[in-house]
Amino acid sequence: MKRTAPLLIAATVGFIIIVSTFIPYTESWGEDSMIWFDILAAVAFVLGGGNLLKMNLKKVSERRPGWAYSAIIIAAFLITLTVGLLKVGTHPNEVFWNKPWSGDYIGEGSALWWIYEYLIYPLTSTMFAMLAFYIASAAFRAFRAKNMEASLLLGTAFIVLLGRTYAAIILTGWLPELAHDAEPSFFGQLWNGLRLEKLTETIMGVFNLAGSRAINIGIALGIASTSLKVLLGIDRSYLGTGED
Amino acid sequence: MYEFLKTLDRRWVFLLMFLAVATPILLKVTFPEKPSAMVMDVFNAIENLPEGSKVLMAWDFDPASRGELEPMASAFTRHCAEKKLKMYYMALWPLAVPMIQDSIRILEREYPHLEYGKDYMNLGYKPGNEGVIKVVITNIRKLYTTDHYGTGVETIPMMNGVTSVQAMDLIVNVSAGDPGTKQWVQYVATPFKKRMVAGATGVQAPQLYPYIPEQLIGLLGAIKAAAEYEQAVINGYPHLAKIATAKEGLRRMGPQLVGHVLIVLLIILANVIYFIGRRRGDSR
Repeated sequence: MKRTAPLLIAATVGFIIIVSTFIPYTESWGEDSMIWFDILAAVAFVLGGGNLLKMNLKKVSERRPGWAYSAIIIAAFLITLTVGLLKVGTHPNEVFWNKPWSGDYIGEGSALWWIYEYLIYPLTSTMFAMLAFYIASAAFRAFRAKNMEASLLLGTAFIVLLGRTYAAIILTGWLPELAHDAEPSFFGQLWNGLRLEKLTETIMGVFNLAGSRAINIGIALGIASTSLKVLLGIDRSYLGTGED
Repeated sequence: MYEFLKTLDRRWVFLLMFLAVATPILLKVTFPEKPSAMVMDVFNAIENLPEGSKVLMAWDFDPASRGELEPMASAFTRHCAEKKLKMYYMALWPLAVPMIQDSIRILEREYPHLEYGKDYMNLGYKPGNEGVIKVVITNIRKLYTTDHYGTGVETIPMMNGVTSVQAMDLIVNVSAGDPGTKQWVQYVATPFKKRMVAGATGVQAPQLYPYIPEQLIGLLGAIKAAAEYEQAVINGYPHLAKIATAKEGLRRMGPQLVGHVLIVLLIILANVIYFIGRRRGDSR
């Protein structure tokens, strides 16, 4: 029963959504299924929060290596949750000014806004910005023209790196651009195509496009076959092992 | 020298990158941008809409990619405001709500004549990723009974006659991943033939090129395209040139140029060292 019920729910809902796409009469069935999904997605946040607490509390209580980080996670989670749920520091809504909890939970000046603006924003931005340092270091250490393939990759990287900045204009801006009102000659097209920003466009719009399209088609076929396996109950890996 | 460069401590590379980014920021170096054909496709998709057209502004990014995507989101907001379009903001990412608030702050500060509920509104965040898209495309009121601030959507004037996202004349999506542009294209733009433009991070953009131009009119890829789009908006509405925050993307192209040139120089230097080492028979 523990495995059969989820299997039946997944198959039924999955087929309803497929059918609702093709038969207008069943459109509302698909809508209702998706709303259930959205409600479950909201509930998943509660489960996720519970799981986060459970895992980290266990780590702290067993004093496992790195338990102090878990303690910080628990404290951060509980503080954020509390100030958000209780709307600490929010200003009441203009319409319902006499109701203290009518304000926006993340409105300017609230405690949650403060956490977002002065903790989440700088921390996540810093993590992302640090990529620039690691990319520079990795490029210095790993990019070597060891063979033809690596040389082609290097050449492409140079063109795109420079073509995405004003360096393209500084280096190849002297090459004549195509005039919009004149019939382009062969050499006109050639010189225009050799400008770095045009070469970048060609790489992105031809070579990258062809590769991306091929990958996307492959992924789509894979998703279709995997989805069918799940709906037909052939692939049951998403149900877990049943041991936990 | 050869030995020093061959075993160069990565902290020197970090220092060089720091200087490459910090110097143009401190010296306020900017460069002129010429909008590409793709950027002009995005610009024209908004520019050619008649006044009062409905535009869904789907902001699907978080602070990690704010540096790259916020200039796009702000430029889209200013462009739509200049064109007097009706803007419906929504988010599929929980951390995107403050991004919407940043855009709304632009409207409040620079376009005080525009009114919340009549000219723009914030539908806020709903969990469910593409599940939300699948519902709002057929019935928006089943999921959004109130706006972000708890006001019933039936009392908001600009929601009159809007029963689903199909009522929108254009979808503008700024996204840093999934759910984002790919899902909006797959579940809205393609099956319901809705016009759509998007802005994406440099990492994500290559995966979205296959959708252009049939399913996606145009795409702003990374900060370069954001700067070009800002320039296109400024060319169309020259008074925006006086607003410093309307040129954030243009400002960020200075560090981008020096940073990219540094990476190219580092790769060239590393290869010179590699070939010298190979000639010397140095296998280390």
